Amino acid sequence: RKVSQRAGMSKPLRVLVGVKRVVDYAVRVRVAADNKGVELANVKMSMNPFCEIACEEAIRLREAGVAGEVVAVSIGPKQAAETLRSALAMGVDRVIQVTTDLRLDQELQPLATARLLRAIAEKEEPDLIIVGKQSIDGDNGTTGPMLAELLDWPQATFASKLEVVDDGSAAVVERETDVGTETIKLPLPALISADLRLNTPRYPKLPNIMKAKKKPIETLDAADLGVDLDLANLVLSVNTPPPRPPGVTVADVDQLVDKLKNEAAVL
Amino acid sequence: KRGSLVLPIRRGAMAMRAMTRCGWRASRRWASFGCLNETQEQVREMTRGFAESALFPVAAENDKLHRFPAEVIRELGELGLMGCQVSEAWGGSGLDTISYAVAVEELSRGCASTGAIVSVHNSLYCDSVQSYGREEVFEAFLRPFAQGEKVGCFGLSEPGNGSDAAAASCVARRVEGGWRLSGTKAWTTNGIVGSAAVVFATFDKSLGHKGISAFVVDTGADGFSFGAPEDKLGIRASTTASLILDDVFVPEAQLLGREGDGFKIAMKILDSGRVGIAAQGLGIAQASIDLAVKYAAERNAFGKPIASLYAIQHKLSDMACRYDSARLLTWRAAAAKDDAKPFSKHAAMAKLAASEAATFCAHQAIQILGGMGFVSDMPAERYYRDARITEIYEGTSEIMHLVVATNLLKEYAALDIALPAAPPKHAHHDHALSHAAA
Repeated sequence: RKVSQRAGMSKPLRVLVGVKRVVDYAVRVRVAADNKGVELANVKMSMNPFCEIACEEAIRLREAGVAGEVVAVSIGPKQAAETLRSALAMGVDRVIQVTTDLRLDQELQPLATARLLRAIAEKEEPDLIIVGKQSIDGDNGTTGPMLAELLDWPQATFASKLEVVDDGSAAVVERETDVGTETIKLPLPALISADLRLNTPRYPKLPNIMKAKKKPIETLDAADLGVDLDLANLVLSVNTPPPRPPGVTVADVDQLVDKLKNEAAVL
Repeated sequence: KRGSLVLPIRRGAMAMRAMTRCGWRASRRWASFGCLNETQEQVREMTRGFAESALFPVAAENDKLHRFPAEVIRELGELGLMGCQVSEAWGGSGLDTISYAVAVEELSRGCASTGAIVSVHNSLYCDSVQSYGREEVFEAFLRPFAQGEKVGCFGLSEPGNGSDAAAASCVARRVEGGWRLSGTKAWTTNGIVGSAAVVFATFDKSLGHKGISAFVVDTGADGFSFGAPEDKLGIRASTTASLILDDVFVPEAQLLGREGDGFKIAMKILDSGRVGIAAQGLGIAQASIDLAVKYAAERNAFGKPIASLYAIQHKLSDMACRYDSARLLTWRAAAAKDDAKPFSKHAAMAKLAASEAATFCAHQAIQILGGMGFVSDMPAERYYRDARITEIYEGTSEIMHLVVATNLLKEYAALDIALPAAPPKHAHHDHALSHAAA
């Protein structure tokens, strides 16, 4: 309470963080032989890097006294428990696992994910939801915005700076866009999606890794949440990008300009 | 004839029972320790990530400048890696020994000097104080060390004796309220930077090894000084120096164990320490393999990557086999320690195998890199220099062989070994002749 008071908060926030188990960023992804998806068997999986950043931001809010409780939720197979234990090791207070055997990079799609997260949000009643801006498997970047819409909450995506103000009733967010940085103020509760430069996630301390082992994981089945998980899109095939064609030597500048104008269509 | 069939089986059963006494049955539990459990995997992830981001960039420079990585040690302290096996009640992390071995290996992969600093601090200093010290000294001599605020060292070897640990000449003179220690300790890792040291001294030379006591000494005490830092071949970012004790007063409470327990304590602590040094060797070996494989995949000769040439493949295979077998030995020793089973032999085998794997892998890495392996642009030459010490400190390879052989002979002395019978000398010849005759 003392920390909250120093932070100017009369009531600390509850923050909900979404974390996703994805193929580790360092793995060289291969397309499966049947071209139906990428090869996931025996491939190293980790927490999505942007989800790590989201987790870190929530924990920093708690350390600053702005947040009182950080809850992490992950949707996935039973191995998603490892991702949640990493979140516990980083320092989140409580974790929830929503189990499903649907393939996270194809079968469980952003709208269904957003619906599941809404069900969790209605249960947990957070004041702030922080998610990663996108996951590195689907790279859709839509789950966060869809969730905000379903909750009818304001949203600030691609956050590179987050500050909670006005005694926890609003947030000021700097957003990174392709044309520059935008600063907006939005009332809470709200959804924030984390971009790369929001923070650098901490290494979990050893004592926390040991403690995380013993903490409980609340488990729910996706089917029990009364949510429509139907596919909005069907993946027809997944292919490796074609190899880059070799370059061409042009005879003179006129030919170069001609190619740039008519073939590459950049002029 | 039927009787002779039954006998070997019965003897086999006896052998099984005897081996069980030595821990064979327990090893069935270890059958899956080729894999790490979730916690151990998390420890590995964290230390590996830390090594790649914080150690890789500075290891070469710290080696070149013989610079102690104070900043890194502070961060390791915050992560709980300077009190790996100290209990949480005293500011430590309470890790199991396999996790500890994994952590030291990953750190050593980044910087072998850091691995040495961490291993000596954890296994030799913290373990000694926690296992044998009195609780009244923990606040001063354990907690700040477990939290990485201070670094500890271990003074056993002397200029006149290394392997011959029982021939200590550093003396402990009994005085009012404690002892006064005088003598010199050599080759002490974390000397200069160490705030406290575990020191072994003899209170009665005539008692031989039974006359040695172990103490924890404040390096800031009157009469305590460090010698000049050693100019070493490898692990140059770690500081190694002599401890010079000139009538240093050590209060009663700072005795470790009981009077005369010193040698026994040293031997037990070194057993644990050997798991740590084995892990350090594994880290160096792993780093060498990583470098060699990456280089061989990219370097072309005779029109293709050298990794496609059998000569290189044979080397890589040799390196991988030695590394992996040493790692399994190390994890088995670690698991035996956690099971509270005797693990001296396993620890000696692990350290022996891992240190020799480290020197072999580093040597072959230079060979595979060719000229590039000989220059400091690539870390191969540093791995080669760093690996060398692992066969020497915390028990030379020769002493490791001695420990293994002694334990082996003891085990066999407890068994009644069945050897297959030699075939009867002329029976077959007569049999054939009688057939021929018929």
